Amino acid sequence: MQYDEIMVRYGELSTKGRNKRHFIDRLGTNVRDALHKFSKVKVHPNPDRLHVILNGENSTEVMSHLKKVFGIQTFSPVLKVAKDYQAVCDAAKEMLADQITEPTTFKVETKRSDHHFEMDTFQMNRELGGFILDHFGDQLTVDVHHPDITVWVDIRLDGIYLSSEVIKGAGGLPVGTAGKGMMMLSGGIDSPVAAYLALKRGVSLEMVHFYSPPYTSEQALAKAKELTGKLAHYCGSINFIEVPFTEIQETVKEKVPEGYLMTIQRRFMLRLAVEIANRRKGLAVFNGESLGQVASQTMESMRTIEEVTNLPVLRPVLSYDKTEIIKIAEEIGTYDLSILPYEDCCTVFTPPSPKTKPRIDRAQKYEQVLDIDGLMQRSLDGIKITKIHAGDEFLNQNEDVFAELL
Amino acid sequence: MIYFDNSATTQISPEALTTYNTVSQKIWGNPSSLHNLGETAWNLLQQSRKQIADLFSVQPGEIVFTSGGSEGDNWVIKGTALAKRQFGKHIITSSVEHAAVRNSLHQLEELGFDVTYLPVDGEGRVDPAAVQKAIRPDTIMVSIMAVNNEIGTVQPIKEIGEILKNYPRIHFMVDAVQAIGKGLDDVVFSDRVDFATFSGHKFHAPRGTGFVYKKNGRQLMPLVNGGGQEQGLRGGTENTPGDAAMAKAIRLMKEKETVTVQREREVKQRIMDHIKGFPHVKIFSKNDAGFAPHILCFAIVGVRGETVVHAFEDRGIYLSTTSACSSKKDTEPSTLSAMKVPQNVAECAVRVSLGDQNTLTEAEQFNQTFDELYAGFKKILD
Repeated sequence: MQYDEIMVRYGELSTKGRNKRHFIDRLGTNVRDALHKFSKVKVHPNPDRLHVILNGENSTEVMSHLKKVFGIQTFSPVLKVAKDYQAVCDAAKEMLADQITEPTTFKVETKRSDHHFEMDTFQMNRELGGFILDHFGDQLTVDVHHPDITVWVDIRLDGIYLSSEVIKGAGGLPVGTAGKGMMMLSGGIDSPVAAYLALKRGVSLEMVHFYSPPYTSEQALAKAKELTGKLAHYCGSINFIEVPFTEIQETVKEKVPEGYLMTIQRRFMLRLAVEIANRRKGLAVFNGESLGQVASQTMESMRTIEEVTNLPVLRPVLSYDKTEIIKIAEEIGTYDLSILPYEDCCTVFTPPSPKTKPRIDRAQKYEQVLDIDGLMQRSLDGIKITKIHAGDEFLNQNEDVFAELL
Repeated sequence: MIYFDNSATTQISPEALTTYNTVSQKIWGNPSSLHNLGETAWNLLQQSRKQIADLFSVQPGEIVFTSGGSEGDNWVIKGTALAKRQFGKHIITSSVEHAAVRNSLHQLEELGFDVTYLPVDGEGRVDPAAVQKAIRPDTIMVSIMAVNNEIGTVQPIKEIGEILKNYPRIHFMVDAVQAIGKGLDDVVFSDRVDFATFSGHKFHAPRGTGFVYKKNGRQLMPLVNGGGQEQGLRGGTENTPGDAAMAKAIRLMKEKETVTVQREREVKQRIMDHIKGFPHVKIFSKNDAGFAPHILCFAIVGVRGETVVHAFEDRGIYLSTTSACSSKKDTEPSTLSAMKVPQNVAECAVRVSLGDQNTLTEAEQFNQTFDELYAGFKKILD
């Protein structure tokens, strides 16, 4: 059914003390961004609740967008009716008919800020409860202590507001409230999930993607961009930074003993990500490492790789099992893309038996023969930045040709 | 020529044929190839899949391309039997299913499965309560068609789905070959339906195309094993030109579906109103919501269906004895016999099946021809 307003409840925000105003403003901006295609919608971020006034926009569609905005605990679609008891009954009937699918319990809870209204809260609770029982008596019973459905009636000066459904929001914190981080996005299953979790905690992200033509294909690059387009649903848009990595990979392959290939490559990646973070005011580097998954993800390995920087390297999926990561990837729609079989920068030049316990002193020693600064500089000079919006697609460049065929 | 045999097959549309030709000549790579040619073909295949999924409001991963309705029916039935055999060997169906369903089930019976064939009422409809009664602890599947191909009955799929909500482990399959493009998506894709089968050549797509809707999370064993195509569910190099042409045909069909359905109802009504007055005419179909808009089955009792078909054919009007697939065999039409129509009446049945190209003018011509033929048959009727 079509509603008039969506009432949004903040989650953790309400515990943020003096920063609360900042958080709420940010959430307001993010909600406006997420709903920008609904031109008639008005967003009012009040201290206690955020109100989305629909002005006739499709409530179902608006709610499906709201579900992806972090910082929202729950929301409820609200009907506004005239200040007339019969209108309240009619609306409640229609609203509950949509919602009740099996026998359940309910109560009515009324708040009255307009004390001139003919019924007081007790009368409204009793009368409306009775009316609902008359209509849905075979499905509903009253439970005033632990009801499954609470019918909220809010009698205000400009009308009566009704709601009964409570929909779970995305949780987390508004994107942007935790500062900016650089996400090392490969294109595998883990890094998009790590990015999602970082966004969920309020981090605004920029993607850093290493590509090594001709060892990695255009398709691998397009895939990483398309993944970014999927993740941008949670924050509007994301800058995608492609970093050329061919020369570094070739040089490392040529000059470094096989056991340390992976470690030294990763040290370069991290150095580059850190340098990009410094230039772009990033506060941390994020990646999709999960403890113990592969050789590069042992604690010894992390220690040796991370030695190149003092910027925090944050790993949102560190303690997740692979199955848990896959589950999230499926939920956020990145899994099917991630499993497309394109070689990425992590899979080319993988030695048959990389060291699982690389040592810092060895890594430093092997790097002495390399022109680290020159390699870094040439790579940084080749950086390309693209702004990617929610839902942008890159894998299928023939779409227009196809559109004619189909 | 007036073509009133659209349930048997339809003519490929010029648009679908253009797509078929263009793709055959320009995007002919193997979708599994790693290189650019394969990549492009793969993308086209996926975009075709997505277009179909979007048009029916389902997920792209829920659309599996097949070679047509018979393959879809065979696959879902036998694939279910293989996947769920450790849970039971009992399957419920109706006594008016298409031969692809019926004979697949006969084959399973030979392998030790137990099949319940539900009776139908005088309109060819299954009683949902009978489905409920037939369910046993070892039931693994219920297979009921959406629209009967002989007389056009719409089966109570939603009601059966409601019952099956209490039995979440039973596969619910709907043969939807005759239901596509007929304003019945809410029936075919109602939320408890797990599988629906479709055939391309019934809606102006090329022969040898089709697809199965397979709800996410439902398990089927493949019948055709191969190189992992179609998520490993159906091996064999994909029919890219056919699948793209089918996606196009579906789009064109959906764009005019409302208009088509309305006109088919009018054409059908025009013919029904005309022939119902003749004393020897018996009409089996109706034109209400319980029947698909495009199928009209009737008999001139006393004149065999075959004779009627050829008599119309001589005047350039193409109909069919009931199901085209069995119309060359001398067996009585199964739906009518399941409806307990006496054999001497059933063997006189013919089917008018309409498509989006048929017009009211054609209905008028049909009626006129009917009058002439009926006058001729009068000698043997009285």
